[in-house]
Amino acid sequence: MSPASAAVVTPRPRRASRDRTGTVLSLGYVTTFLTIMVALPIAALVWQARSDGAQTFWDAISSPQSVAALKLTIGASIAVSVVNAVLGTITAWVLVRDDFRGKSLVNAIIDLPFALPTIVAGLTLLALYGPTSPIGVNVAYTKTAIVLALMFVTLPFVVRTVQPVLQALDPELEEAAHSLGASQPTTFRRVIFPNITPALLSGIALAFAKAVGEFGSLVIITGNLPFKTEVSSVYIFGRIESGDSTAAAAVAVVLLMISFLTLLSIGGIRYLATRHDRG
Amino acid sequence: MGEVVSRLGLRLVALGYLAVILLGPLAIVFWRTFEHGLEPAWNALTEPDTIHAFKLTLIITAIAVPVNTVFGIVAALAIVRMTFPGKSLLNAFIDLPLALSPVVVGLSLFLLYGANGWFGSWFDKHDIQILFALPAMVIATIFVSIPFVAREVVPTLQEIGDEQEQAARTLGASGWQTFWRITLPSIRWAVIYGVILTTARCLGEYGAVAVVSGRLQGQTETATLRVQESWESFDLAGAYAISIVLALLAILVLVAMTVIRPKEERAT
Repeated sequence: MSPASAAVVTPRPRRASRDRTGTVLSLGYVTTFLTIMVALPIAALVWQARSDGAQTFWDAISSPQSVAALKLTIGASIAVSVVNAVLGTITAWVLVRDDFRGKSLVNAIIDLPFALPTIVAGLTLLALYGPTSPIGVNVAYTKTAIVLALMFVTLPFVVRTVQPVLQALDPELEEAAHSLGASQPTTFRRVIFPNITPALLSGIALAFAKAVGEFGSLVIITGNLPFKTEVSSVYIFGRIESGDSTAAAAVAVVLLMISFLTLLSIGGIRYLATRHDRG
Repeated sequence: MGEVVSRLGLRLVALGYLAVILLGPLAIVFWRTFEHGLEPAWNALTEPDTIHAFKLTLIITAIAVPVNTVFGIVAALAIVRMTFPGKSLLNAFIDLPLALSPVVVGLSLFLLYGANGWFGSWFDKHDIQILFALPAMVIATIFVSIPFVAREVVPTLQEIGDEQEQAARTLGASGWQTFWRITLPSIRWAVIYGVILTTARCLGEYGAVAVVSGRLQGQTETATLRVQESWESFDLAGAYAISIVLALLAILVLVAMTVIRPKEERAT
């Protein structure tokens, strides 16, 4: 062995051990950060919720006001998810397959609900659809206002998950279906829909999770009337303000479980969708 | 013929939907703000409490964004380049802030750092104010904006593969050199895109900060909290003026996203 090649070979073990130090350091950092920032606060929440026993926990989430809020939250979120599924898919299709002047501007605007603070979203909706509406539509402090606000904040999710899949889908598939005599609804049902289903479901799940937890855009627009327009996040906020943090924590744990389940189902969808790629 | 009609129909539905939900409301707020000229809006924005609120928002953002940028890059590298048990759990915890209600985030921190909380009692004993002060507001903002950099960088890292990195290592570069000279340059647009998303989220955070800040006017009131406070005290001009500034920042974010997205996609 020549001295030169020996020089190349010898540093390797040292580098490998330095590599391992790097791995251990970065893993340690990531784990510590997430533990302190995310895991411990959530543990504290669950701890508080169970601190007065199972009975108190159950009483807190089954109180009429809390049940009304949960029902409204989940009902409105499902409604908004359905609207998103339909209008979001149409919007994504138009952005990919259609062509018109100003399309890139429209495409950029899709992300506005993400960039705009939620409290500003609520205020803007109330300016157009509130008591001082210039077009005479006043839905302030109603369930319609909740659905409207949730539609605003969840708008990007389905569009942005479906859009790239449609982009990757060869338009010739659709044209082939057409030339073979398939009508447009049939083409959509048999060609487009099966391809976008996993992305669509992920988008719907993300929109649903966002809708269930939404707070900022609802504070101003709903008036927070208990049993009428009070959603769970607003109910939790009210419980905190009145010093009843155990009841707040109990309902928060329910929302936390919904979040976990939604993330889990997104993971499941991703797993099933990539099943064939993994072979 | 039928195809043209349905194409136009779908276009109309999509554009109508965006106009009703997004553009209409935003246009009205711009109009309402400047209805009586620039002066009322300017007066509302130069109120000391409002200036303080914007300063506070900027301070919080200036701390939270770098913290989450460093974390996001390291976490993405760990997820893509390393194998270790519990990786899916790590993934789940990074995604959680996306799916969790900001109020639940706020309450969790409120309980952890409150007087009877696991951390709160220790800080209390050492006379360090966390809750209802800047530290808790920074922590809440970091929590809600954790995922964005990591989520942008992970797919880019997967896409570029590690051949170049391995080549650099074979040529004798240290891990640190490889990161700075090979990895970081190839993920830079993804990082920048993630930083923009993180910044937008930090500037706009409301729910989590509302719970942990105590909302003390002129002290722990951020710009978004100030909008709500102005609205509640019937100061419409103030609420609209602050909203316009935040909306302009959001539009700036959109412009930046539009400019950077193609670069990010080309890089992968």
